[in-house]
Amino acid sequence: MSFARPRVLVRLQPRLLISPRTTAVRSAVLAHRLLSSSTRALAQHTQGPTRSNSPDALSSGLGKSLHHVPSPETVYDAQGKEVNPYKDGPSSIDKAVHLFFFTEILRGMWIVLENFFRPPYTIMYPFEKGPLSPRFRGEHALRRYPSGEERCIACKLCESICPAQAITIESEARLDGSRRTTKYDIDMTKCIYCGFCQEACPVDAIVETQNQEYSTETREELLYNKEKLLANGDRAEAEIAANLHSDHVYR
Amino acid sequence: MNSNNLMLTIIGLLLNLIDVLAIILPVLLAVAFMTIIERKQLAAHQRRVGPNTVGYYGLLQPFADALKLILKETVIPSQSNKVLFYLAPISTLVFSLLGWGVIPFGQGLALSDFSLGVLYTFALSSLGVYGVLLAGWSANSKYAFLGSLRSTAAMISYELILSSAILIIILLTGSLNFTTIIESQESVYFIFPLLPVFIFYFISILAETSRTPFDLQEAESELVAGFFTEHSSVPFVFFFLGEYSSIVLFSCLSAIFFLGGYNFPEVFLNESFINLQAIVLGLKTCIFCFFFVWFRATLPRLRYDQLISLCWLNLLPVAVAFIILVPSILVAFDISPY
Repeated sequence: MSFARPRVLVRLQPRLLISPRTTAVRSAVLAHRLLSSSTRALAQHTQGPTRSNSPDALSSGLGKSLHHVPSPETVYDAQGKEVNPYKDGPSSIDKAVHLFFFTEILRGMWIVLENFFRPPYTIMYPFEKGPLSPRFRGEHALRRYPSGEERCIACKLCESICPAQAITIESEARLDGSRRTTKYDIDMTKCIYCGFCQEACPVDAIVETQNQEYSTETREELLYNKEKLLANGDRAEAEIAANLHSDHVYR
Repeated sequence: MNSNNLMLTIIGLLLNLIDVLAIILPVLLAVAFMTIIERKQLAAHQRRVGPNTVGYYGLLQPFADALKLILKETVIPSQSNKVLFYLAPISTLVFSLLGWGVIPFGQGLALSDFSLGVLYTFALSSLGVYGVLLAGWSANSKYAFLGSLRSTAAMISYELILSSAILIIILLTGSLNFTTIIESQESVYFIFPLLPVFIFYFISILAETSRTPFDLQEAESELVAGFFTEHSSVPFVFFFLGEYSSIVLFSCLSAIFFLGGYNFPEVFLNESFINLQAIVLGLKTCIFCFFFVWFRATLPRLRYDQLISLCWLNLLPVAVAFIILVPSILVAFDISPY
């Protein structure tokens, strides 16, 4: 709807120079005008120059007094040439039409209505579960070798790397001379599930399983000992092995 | 003779009571289901499921909610004005329920089909402001006070637009009686010739019932919960019921003013032994209830000054323009109803 703005009139209009402006101020004003996206500012300024030069002096006067149009200020570019900052924007009639017929509100309402007829994204959690990554860090477990020998060699790397100091290990030599843990405790209330213990472990003994549903009614139940961790490992060994295998390429 | 008269009076009163209950109970039920409809519909708009545990599809959720709220403790602020504190929710609920007295649910199916029905409805919707005002004043809380100030100003402003829209309909029908308004829409529903009027009418009832684009008194990010911040338990239930009752009431009024009330094209409806008129009115009401929630799902809340300036600077001039335009057309084509 470019007929709304007679360009000829824009060119013919008198230059309203605000004289004591320095170049810096002028360019700042220019930048502000060009960057500003406020519809109200744009509407007023397109209205100003076209109206003020129209032969119908009465209507322009009326428009001014009704809408409080500020005196149009000419904008200059860096070379000092007069520019129309709204040349490429929508005309004021366009904007008025969009405002008056609620086009944007209607578009928004259409999107909302579309979604009304689409199925929900909801996963009915305790009954349905979403997919978990093989790297998911949940409840801890201690693994065994297929022979039944426990993997942990009591190197205490996990204990030393644990940023929450949730792991406590005590060890001594077994009868066959190998070093094994006598105590392997994890305080699950301290654990931050960073997975560093699993990364530090040289024998893949301590791992974090995908189990995340182990809430308890007392704090004491969350202080895991070696038996509990080994039991976790025995229960989920197939799952742990599959997850480690699917991710081993990236380790 | 004398005792006979007394008996007749008592029977008449009892019949009146039954009449009133026959309207109030379904209305309260409808209001209860309006709450669950709102939650389910909002959920659907946002691709969620919504409440689905209590009863089939969560249909009994409103009763569970009501039970929970009633069993809660009623907390009264120590510095509050106790009489007004209790009066506010009661007046809100009563005034919004009283509006149903003049609604015709079918031909001759109104509690009172009196000639100034529209005026009565407006009087009641103006009185509804008092509940808000009293709640804000009596609670002695800054949030409730600010919420009620906002609410009162908005409701009074938008009442103007609302009455202007209805004024145009009154001009077209020449009557303040609901039945006459409905019957004059037999040929065409007013929403078609008066679509622009309907638009600003609907905007104003959104503000009247303080629904989402205009629910500033409940701006929970600023005012906790608005004018009923301090109300808990049963007083809160009353506010809640009053709010939703006025939503359903205004939906019903929109159906009457713009969608022809219980009117229905006779092609689909002849000599039926069920009273379909009431069902038709109910369905039309549902359309507007859907609109209420749809707007809530779409639009963000306006700023307070935007709310007021929208009313006084944009809507009011349009309303006044239509008040001039419509009678001019009536006079120019000599089709005025009186």
